[in-house]
Amino acid sequence: MSIGTFRSGGSGGGTAVDDVASLEAGLDALDTPTRTTVPLLARLRRSVLPPIVAVLFLLVVWIVLVALHVKPTYVLPPPSDVWATFLDYWQKGAVQEAVWNSLRRAFVGFSISVVVGTALGLLLAQSRFVRTAIGPLVSGLQSLPSVAWVPAAIIWFGLSDAAIYTVVLLGAVPSIANGLLAGVQQVPPLYLRVGRVLGARGWASIRYVVLPAAMPGYLAGLRQGWAFAWRSLMAAELITFSPELGTSLGQLLQIGRELSDMTLVMAAILMILVVGVGIELLVFAPVERRMLRSRGLTTGSSA
Amino acid sequence: MTLATVSENQQWAVADVPESDVAPAIVLERVTKRFRGDEARPAVLQDVSLTVAEGEFVSLLGASGCGKSTLLSLVAGLEKPTSGTVSTPGGRAALMFQEPALFPWLTAGQNIELALKLRGVARKDRRGQAEHLLERVHLAGQHGSRVHELSGGMRQRVALARALGQEARILLMDEPFAALDAITRDVLHDELTRVWEETGLSIVFVTHNVREAVRLGQRVELMSSRPGRFVRRWTVDIEGPRRIESAGVAALASEITDDLRREIRRHAAGASTEATA
Repeated sequence: MSIGTFRSGGSGGGTAVDDVASLEAGLDALDTPTRTTVPLLARLRRSVLPPIVAVLFLLVVWIVLVALHVKPTYVLPPPSDVWATFLDYWQKGAVQEAVWNSLRRAFVGFSISVVVGTALGLLLAQSRFVRTAIGPLVSGLQSLPSVAWVPAAIIWFGLSDAAIYTVVLLGAVPSIANGLLAGVQQVPPLYLRVGRVLGARGWASIRYVVLPAAMPGYLAGLRQGWAFAWRSLMAAELITFSPELGTSLGQLLQIGRELSDMTLVMAAILMILVVGVGIELLVFAPVERRMLRSRGLTTGSSA
Repeated sequence: MTLATVSENQQWAVADVPESDVAPAIVLERVTKRFRGDEARPAVLQDVSLTVAEGEFVSLLGASGCGKSTLLSLVAGLEKPTSGTVSTPGGRAALMFQEPALFPWLTAGQNIELALKLRGVARKDRRGQAEHLLERVHLAGQHGSRVHELSGGMRQRVALARALGQEARILLMDEPFAALDAITRDVLHDELTRVWEETGLSIVFVTHNVREAVRLGQRVELMSSRPGRFVRRWTVDIEGPRRIESAGVAALASEITDDLRREIRRHAAGASTEATA
């Protein structure tokens, strides 16, 4: 232990510029949070393996139930028969056409929903009057199954694409608008104060502070909006049955029902599921994950 | 060190302020602030007058609820006084908070660039200026860092660089180092002193840390709570560079602490003593 000499009134050093700089550099090195990166292989094992195991498990349960003859095969066909039907329709080109038609409609319908829902959400967020007037209605629409709109849409627009899009919009718009509204309402007031101090007022405040800060809520709304759009589309396609509308996934279901072909019904259900989950996993999940990670809202590699 | 004592009910005329020969940067005249729905209690700020000279470093000290932060909001133009006038001949004011309040969707450098953009700096000049500002707070090379990748002290320095980027001649600081650990805070005191000496900014530094107030300020203003008023003023007159543990800082700080405690005790006695005073 060394004993320092105390000089009263002395500066004790510590004001030289480079001294502060080196001190800060040292502290920065000590204080900076460390980032851990998980190797790609380990990440894949952690995120891909569990769902594969789950799917295999369900498949085994299915096969076992069929083997036990719980139900006759025309009610519960084995996976191999469903696969055979799928291949049959694939060779006829019906699967491709159905997936393409349904995806196209979902994309167009969802795109319109994004525009309308975003505008509505902004209006709700900006105007207390609008919020009080139609806020509860918009929230209420979220809990109304959009299939309830199908009869009305058919009466208004006949068996047409317009009827289908109406149902999709009524399904997706409330989710998107509510997501944006929730995002805006959760913007920390401190950000707004900082924005004002920096000189952001009016539209600049919305553009540079409110909207970016509301992004997490908005993205969650978009994600839910997509799920609702896809669901609504299937309901609409199932009921709005017309040869002029071309083959679609919903129509494959309807054809399966009319032919009492359970293998086709199950193949269609699985395709609907795969497409819906696929878009979710390939489009929304990565965007959301990247946004949350860049804002430090999630740890390095949560999957 | 010299002491200037002001009796509690005396109103300060602006001319009484010692630095009256230098141009004022901030002038508050008989400012009272009450918030709506809060009329029953004493005012947050009651008939407060304050002048901060160009290039002066003033520490505002007081227990919580004394209206320190409200006073800064008034100067920054975020709030309007109920009565009285607030003027800033020194131009616009930059404001720093206890939280760095950096936008997490932007990198450290982009946060600074946003301040430049909102000030009207041309796109092509922003990047260079932001990097220069980062260098000034010893964060060169951190332009692309995400906010959450930085330590608390680094974030507060980015916030300082952002405030400097506003090119305001007045810097208002609302307990900016309160959430930092003691070592980091100590280093940032040096940093702030250096920046102040280099830029000649007028700084109003709000704190509830007596030593910090003495360490940094040329002048320490003690405020009472509810009603918020200036109670006493000290001119800090310590030779040479100061440290938080300097003997001079400690001596003045202990004296101010006595006064601060007296102020706080007054509240325990209740409003009745105040009424008879």
